[in-house]
Amino acid sequence: MAESRTPRVDELEKGPWPSFVKEMKRAAEKKPAAGDLLRQLDLSYEEKVGHWKHGGIVGVRGYGGGVIGRYSNKPEEFPEIREFHTIRVNQPSGWFYTTKALRSLCDIWDKYGSGLTNFHGSTGDIILLGTTTENLQPCFDELSDAGFDLGGSGGGLRTPSACVGPARCEYSCIDTLDVCHSLTLEFQDFLHRPQWPYKFKIKVSGCGNDCVAAIARADLAIIGTWKGPLQINQAAVAEYVKNGLDIEEEVIERCPTRALAWDAANGELKLSAEDCVRCMHCINRMPKALKPGTERGATLLVGGKATILKSAFLGWVIVPFMSLTPPYTELKDLMGRIFDWWDENAKNRERIGELIYRLGMRTFLKEVGLPPVPQMVFRPRANPYVFWWPEEVKRNA
Amino acid sequence: MPKMVLAGIEIEVDEDGFIQDPDKWNEAVAKALAETEGVTELTEDHWKVINYLREYYLKFGIAPMIRKLCKDTGFTLKQIYDLFPSGPAKGACKIAGLPKPTGCV
Ligand code: HEM
Ligand code: HEM
Ligand code: SF4
Ligand code: SF4
Repeated sequence: MAESRTPRVDELEKGPWPSFVKEMKRAAEKKPAAGDLLRQLDLSYEEKVGHWKHGGIVGVRGYGGGVIGRYSNKPEEFPEIREFHTIRVNQPSGWFYTTKALRSLCDIWDKYGSGLTNFHGSTGDIILLGTTTENLQPCFDELSDAGFDLGGSGGGLRTPSACVGPARCEYSCIDTLDVCHSLTLEFQDFLHRPQWPYKFKIKVSGCGNDCVAAIARADLAIIGTWKGPLQINQAAVAEYVKNGLDIEEEVIERCPTRALAWDAANGELKLSAEDCVRCMHCINRMPKALKPGTERGATLLVGGKATILKSAFLGWVIVPFMSLTPPYTELKDLMGRIFDWWDENAKNRERIGELIYRLGMRTFLKEVGLPPVPQMVFRPRANPYVFWWPEEVKRNA
Repeated sequence: MPKMVLAGIEIEVDEDGFIQDPDKWNEAVAKALAETEGVTELTEDHWKVINYLREYYLKFGIAPMIRKLCKDTGFTLKQIYDLFPSGPAKGACKIAGLPKPTGCV
């Protein structure tokens, strides 16, 4: 048997789990680019240096984003990946496809690209990995004809993304799919024509379980929640207990705010609604017995991001509760004011969270017209004081 | 570095077709670069954007942020895309002979 040309990456074929190396080797049978990609990666593993040049600027007509230029810095050795650009394709809300749509995507990508895909990136997009500059425009044209559009890249709005929400999940307090779709359409221009100091990500989760990790990854996190007491089906609670659930240990003790009590004598779960912070723990543990409350909406948080200029930030509550019904005018208006303020004041490559950090939450709230409220206290033990603007202080004569 | 013949002179360009030496730029080169970006005719409006970008670059050593470009030229971003279909960075900056702006993924 011939000696393998990629001994280092071959290690990643071992074991029972899926392997991208196996998949790329399969792809290489059809597309030589996938073979060169693996060989370049093997070289990188050997030398412990990357072999991609700094990002390039490529694109399609009328769009300033959605395509990311990638070039090998060893084009003589790996000619098939001399140009190996990435295309981001806007995923459907909640990642629902017909098999026909998937087939048409893959056919187009087999025709114009490496055949390698990533469903889905952490951006939410469908990631099509590796094509040439020449193929970008015809590939995009065919994707458009098949009903797809590009996602975001660069200094602009990134593809909004949402959890599967009401389509499959009874926890969802908002129609995540519709909110995501509606915001994507509303702010398309910011998506396709990057015009901001840096990236801006929007993610929508239907409840506090936050399956799209909006709080950690999105400049604007929209997270479903409710007002008032959660719904309790006492008979179903009793059923869990009868079936061996240690309710004290697994539910009552683990409620972060001690909002629950178990009355063993009467077989009744007691809730102190004003103490509940809607963390979802008890509902997750007893999904047949507990449900979010009936008055539903979303909490908005701003500023989540990974480490860039400043360390990683979690999103910061700016609106504790907003009810969300189409066409989401209140939300869209607020977003417009946030975009404007950030665009006007940020330095190049400063995320909204970093700008708020620099100029202060007080300034941000004033400029976008939001009142300071106790739920905005950044985290336990953070300074909870809000300083009034001098003109707002009424003095007694 | 690959070379391209633009307006009769051989000029070094990077893989995305941005010229490497801003001093090699002149109006004829701009016209030749425009053709690579699907702009067949450079009108007065095109020149307004190109000259603005060039002057800004020569003064500050970087390309302006997009908000600034729109404010200072009076064009909306949509108008900029109508003039330069591949956009302000890939289209207008390239034609104005600026080095490749650093983007972000
Ligand atoms: C100059 C070389 C490269 C740089 C600097 C780079 C940088 C990055 C960064 C910063 C992200 C995160 C984007 C975001 O979440 O906003 C990303 C995502 C990604 N990159 Fe790269 N990358 C490079 C080359 C490549 C290459 C050559 C490939 C594949 C062949 C690749 C595949 C991916 C994939 C699959 C993602 C995930 C996309 C997503 O989360 O939606 N990258 N890259
Ligand atoms: C007017 C008087 C006081 C004011 C304005 C005040 C204010 C505060 C504030 C704002 C916090 C942070 C709360 C948080 O976000 O976690 C705090 C924490 C604390 N205070 Fe006070 N305090 C006062 C008096 C006292 C007194 C008299 C004691 C002790 C006898 C005390 C003991 C503590 C302790 C132990 C904490 C830490 C709690 C924790 O983080 O777990 N404070 N105080
Ligand atoms: S975030 Fe909540 S609503 Fe969305 S899928 Fe996860 S559990 Fe369900
Ligand atoms: S949702 Fe969380 S905070 Fe509320 S009662 Fe259940 S466990 Fe406690």
